[in-house]
Amino acid sequence: MEDSSTQPTTSVASLAPDELEAPPLTLGQLTWRRFRRHKMAIFGSITLFLIFVYCFGGMLFYSEADANRTETGVRLQPPSREHPMGTDTIGRDILARTIYGGQISILIGLTAMMVELLIGVSIGAFAGFFGGKTDSYLMRGTEAVLVIPQIFLLLVMAKYFAQSIPNINLLGRTFSGSVVVIIVVIGITTWPYLARIVRSQFLSIKENDFILAARATGTSTRDIILRHILPNSIAPIIVSATLAVAAAITLEAYISFLGLGVRPPTATWGNMLEGAYNYIENAWWLWFFPGMFIALIVLAINFLGDGLRDALDPHSQAA
Amino acid sequence: MNSKLIEVNNLSTRFHIAEGTVYAVNGVSLEISEGKTLAVVGESGCGKSVTMMSIMRLIPIPPGEISSGSAVYRGQDLLKISEAEMEHIRGKEIAMVFQDPMTSLNPVLTVGRQIGESLRVHLGMNKEAARDRTTEMLEQVGIPAAGERLGDYPHQFSGGMRQRVMIAMALACAPSLLIADEPTTALDVTIQAQIVELIKRLREQLGMAIIWITHDLGVVAGLAERVSVMYSGFIVEEAIVDDLYEKPSHPYTLALLAALPRVDRRRDKRLHSILGAPPNLLVEPHGCPFAPRCNFAIQRCQEENPSLESIAPGHNIACWIDVNTGGPR
Repeated sequence: MEDSSTQPTTSVASLAPDELEAPPLTLGQLTWRRFRRHKMAIFGSITLFLIFVYCFGGMLFYSEADANRTETGVRLQPPSREHPMGTDTIGRDILARTIYGGQISILIGLTAMMVELLIGVSIGAFAGFFGGKTDSYLMRGTEAVLVIPQIFLLLVMAKYFAQSIPNINLLGRTFSGSVVVIIVVIGITTWPYLARIVRSQFLSIKENDFILAARATGTSTRDIILRHILPNSIAPIIVSATLAVAAAITLEAYISFLGLGVRPPTATWGNMLEGAYNYIENAWWLWFFPGMFIALIVLAINFLGDGLRDALDPHSQAA
Repeated sequence: MNSKLIEVNNLSTRFHIAEGTVYAVNGVSLEISEGKTLAVVGESGCGKSVTMMSIMRLIPIPPGEISSGSAVYRGQDLLKISEAEMEHIRGKEIAMVFQDPMTSLNPVLTVGRQIGESLRVHLGMNKEAARDRTTEMLEQVGIPAAGERLGDYPHQFSGGMRQRVMIAMALACAPSLLIADEPTTALDVTIQAQIVELIKRLREQLGMAIIWITHDLGVVAGLAERVSVMYSGFIVEEAIVDDLYEKPSHPYTLALLAALPRVDRRRDKRLHSILGAPPNLLVEPHGCPFAPRCNFAIQRCQEENPSLESIAPGHNIACWIDVNTGGPR
């Protein structure tokens, strides 16, 4: 008290060196600081982490054979010690199926996002960078995909392709070939939005002086696109990609619920809901657990996406 | 002895936009010898930058069009070679420093990476060699603790420091020609002087030629051997520096010099300004472009555009008038 009132200059002077000596924050640090303050994003990240632990840690306790074993003697049992989440219409253990179904749902979410990213970013980047005729053709194509109702397109494509695909063996596990169909179908119906975002980013970033400066030092077109423009437009791409995972999981659930998605015996959270509507009142555990997981993961990813949007936006006031 | 590094002949650049055609550069010829410095002077919008961008092939086509001319660099016409060949010229043989250092650096790449990029592309250096050379360049342009700053981003540098970084980036591959497009315009006066000194020192060290674009005749005096004055896409006067200051012979040059603040002029007098505005570049040039603003203009100026003619050794003007007598030449 006495110090600060009698010698105000020292307290001011003692502050300054500290401030000067603190190294400036890097972009990454600033982003992390803004993200950390976003409570819902932290909640989303933790939830997401727990779901991952559940789906992949659960493999240690239940084998895939457990998830697919049918015991007609114990069909439609409510949650019990032996079957903590009950059993379904043909006596499969729902807990084990949510574990393995979750893996497939997450796999579909992530890979469909990557397919979407690959198509959306390349088309958007080409259209935005080259402009002119290239832009016109690519954007008209994008709009053509956009005007077809997505669910309709998904259902038709899923129905059309799913019949002919054989099962796939990967890492010693057998997947229904319909998983691949669903991934591709979701990927090729969702990219137009991303393509538009990337295009608009490229359109504005390519006009910057530093792009001209980079060209003046002999940077090739390829490097301009990949090393100068793309890193500058990465923030909205990351946010879109995050939200695309949630969207893909939801879409898979839609299609599977309607019986056109991933075929049994491979479980997904979506196809576990299939048929559950017949038992909404009598066997709530049929739809409650997979439904809860879908809702939780979509919510968690959306919170995470929101947090990333704020954290990656340099104009954000959050910090 | 007097080997030409680059010879620009009759260069014309146009832009076809919705409102019509912009006649940005009209038959400009320039030449520069190895190791020499040429200043190109003129007010904003007179085609200085477009001329340089045309030489560097950085004009977006369309809407731009280089409608005539050649730019022969060491026997190679830059306007005719392929884009891939041009990429080897840019940054390696001819480098450019831009006006605004605040926007000319990529905000998401570290300074070290941006400078190192051209070294790796043009000279095929590996990571370590590029890193060493980048540190050396940053030291040469006067950035303290250069080695530690390689990993910093542009926003961690001040404007003057960023212009130094830009210069380091341009000069990393030791180009033979540096095009400096108003490199000091966006900086405050003390920093301007530092940057001019820096470029002068590096010119001696690297033996490069410089084309210095500016609208500030004051900067030119201590820097260049020759000056070309541009107006409305034409070169209206070219001379060695001393001649231009002592015997300015084009009315536009006279007016520019009169508009220059001087310490030895009475302070109660107002600075001269040139009445009127530069001509509309959307109209195809007809007659002398400066005629509407010129105090000396005669009938002939409205009708015929004068071409560059020699009035003394190494001193050319494009004007019908002898400014000493005020009458026709």
